[in-house]
Amino acid sequence: MTTAQTLLAKLWAAHEIMQREDGTSLLWVDRHFVHEGSHHAFAKLDSRGKKVAFPELTFGVVDHYAPTRAGDVAPDIRRMIDTLGRNAKAHGVRLFDLRDPGQGIVHVIGPEQGLTLPGLLINCGDSHTSTHGAFGALAFGVGATEVAHILATQTIWQKRPKTMRITFDGVLGVGVSAKDMALHWIAKLGADGARGHAIEYAGPAVEALSMEGRLTLCNLSIEGGARLGLVAPDQVTFEYLKGRNFAPKGPAWDQAVEYWTQLKTDAGAAFDQEVSFDAADVSPTVTWGTSPEDALPITGHVPDPDQLGPAKQGQARAALDYMGLIAGMPLKDVAVDEVFIGSCTNGRIEDLRLAAKVLAGRKTKVPGLVSPGSARVKKQAEAEGLAQIFTEAGLEWADSGCSMCVGMNGDRVDAGKRCASSTNRNFKGRQGRGARTHLMSPAMVAAAAVSGHLADVRPLLEGRS
Amino acid sequence: MSGWTTITGRAVALPQANIDTDQLIAARFMSAPRSEGYGRFLLHDAQQDQADHVLNRYKRADVLVTRRNFGSGSSREAAVYALVDFGIKAVFAPSFGDIFASNAVNNGLLPARLTEDEVETLIDQMGQKDAPATVDLNTGTAVIGGQQLSFDLDPAWQQKLVNGWDDIDLTAQHSDQITKFRTARFAAHPWALPAP
Ligand code: SF4
Repeated sequence: MTTAQTLLAKLWAAHEIMQREDGTSLLWVDRHFVHEGSHHAFAKLDSRGKKVAFPELTFGVVDHYAPTRAGDVAPDIRRMIDTLGRNAKAHGVRLFDLRDPGQGIVHVIGPEQGLTLPGLLINCGDSHTSTHGAFGALAFGVGATEVAHILATQTIWQKRPKTMRITFDGVLGVGVSAKDMALHWIAKLGADGARGHAIEYAGPAVEALSMEGRLTLCNLSIEGGARLGLVAPDQVTFEYLKGRNFAPKGPAWDQAVEYWTQLKTDAGAAFDQEVSFDAADVSPTVTWGTSPEDALPITGHVPDPDQLGPAKQGQARAALDYMGLIAGMPLKDVAVDEVFIGSCTNGRIEDLRLAAKVLAGRKTKVPGLVSPGSARVKKQAEAEGLAQIFTEAGLEWADSGCSMCVGMNGDRVDAGKRCASSTNRNFKGRQGRGARTHLMSPAMVAAAAVSGHLADVRPLLEGRS
Repeated sequence: MSGWTTITGRAVALPQANIDTDQLIAARFMSAPRSEGYGRFLLHDAQQDQADHVLNRYKRADVLVTRRNFGSGSSREAAVYALVDFGIKAVFAPSFGDIFASNAVNNGLLPARLTEDEVETLIDQMGQKDAPATVDLNTGTAVIGGQQLSFDLDPAWQQKLVNGWDDIDLTAQHSDQITKFRTARFAAHPWALPAP
């Protein structure tokens, strides 16, 4: 009898070329994504006179520095984009450049193009590579040295992470989404609560999520410190993938589905840690501080550092100071200056639909930017009339890219300004120097936009199905 | 990268938890070529905003003592470049972001784990001042401000730091196994290749 295995164990075994005595495994990499930040890695490769070992398994994309609005592009941004283009060309790597109809944020286009598949090992020099785990793929972010190693060898040295299963029982309430589930567990376990672990998300509330929702959930795994996130593939996964550009076709598809169907944790398999939540306890959630763990239901109040344990007091005080908030004030009273909808966390079509549902027929009280996660999402949103809803409500509709999630392309939040944002990081200076970021779901961003302050989206959804 | 076994120098304390890589190096600096040196970008905004920031007082340090979850967030290896180019060779903290720790080791920077209590004692003792520090990778021990410490480090990483190993060279020794694995994977799982 074979012992019951976790999904992680199965995926690991399928990619392990060998294991060293010290327990480090050499793993085969099926897909490698590179963005503009790969310039250090390509420089390393060049300095050793090496070529990309399997260019057909590497895909390049312009996203971090992608201009999202018309106008002149600053020379240093232009240089980053050109450098990626040059490196991709020199190494024969397929590039989704700015004019490519498949362009978009790497973690949006991987799934969209069918490059992300269950059972693959996927790497990218980007921490949110955990996103792709939503398909039941072993997907994790790496640094520049490792990117160079993967380019040169199509393999990576890794120690197998510990396993953690996060189960969401029950059903999510109206106006509550995958983003809220993620902020909920990170607030409970901490920004390093899953450090060293691979998380498998399970339970009825996870199974009920669309592919978009699962991607959001896995995307934020890294914000709880996890190495990667996983959802076992099922019918929802297969339906999403069927017919996608790079997905298998014909007999290869049938063979794949047969294999993918076995990619799940066996009954009785043991995890290093098990945590469970009731989905009904998850509220629309917002962050108040400068770490994703600083998250609370919108009905709550800004915490009083004096009431927190000694370990958190200093951090909370510094966070309130940076965020310009007063201890004890209701979160709903926090006025915002602007909003942003987009990013690899919440820039997919379903995210835009949810935000548009709140915005339809309403006017925003503050300005804001909507940057779709990919050129395809943009096209679809325009075809569905969502873009028009955004612009009529008073928001700016831009091209796709990382945009205001990280501010590299020049889309920034000014110092001291407060932004309700559908992104993943409220770190100091993340959206621009001195910028104050509140993370929340795209629907909650829309609610903040029409209210002018942080707001509960639920009453705004009444009567809208 | 060359390996090392001991450090003798000065340590400073940064009494903050969750110092993420966005703080270590802001995104706007990351388009610079490494050859220009990344040391001046280290904690740039924090230094400008806080006149009493420890890095404003000490323009040089070899060892950093800090709180939990250091280097969390973005996988940007530039955060490690900034530390290394500034002169830091070892960081002592209760925990590190996983990707950061691995990037650190790939650049000869030691991510050494201490207990929360040990870190708190060091922070209390050092305050805003620097302290003499010695680190020994072979024994996994350090003396910071007179305190004897033994730190936690993955043995594989200890070997890598001591020998200055480069993974690309190590991997080349296994090229036969890789070829065998690849051939078998492509044959058994043709769907795993991007469809033409
Ligand atoms: S959208 Fe933000 S988090 Fe996602 S890849 Fe781009 S910069 Fe990183």
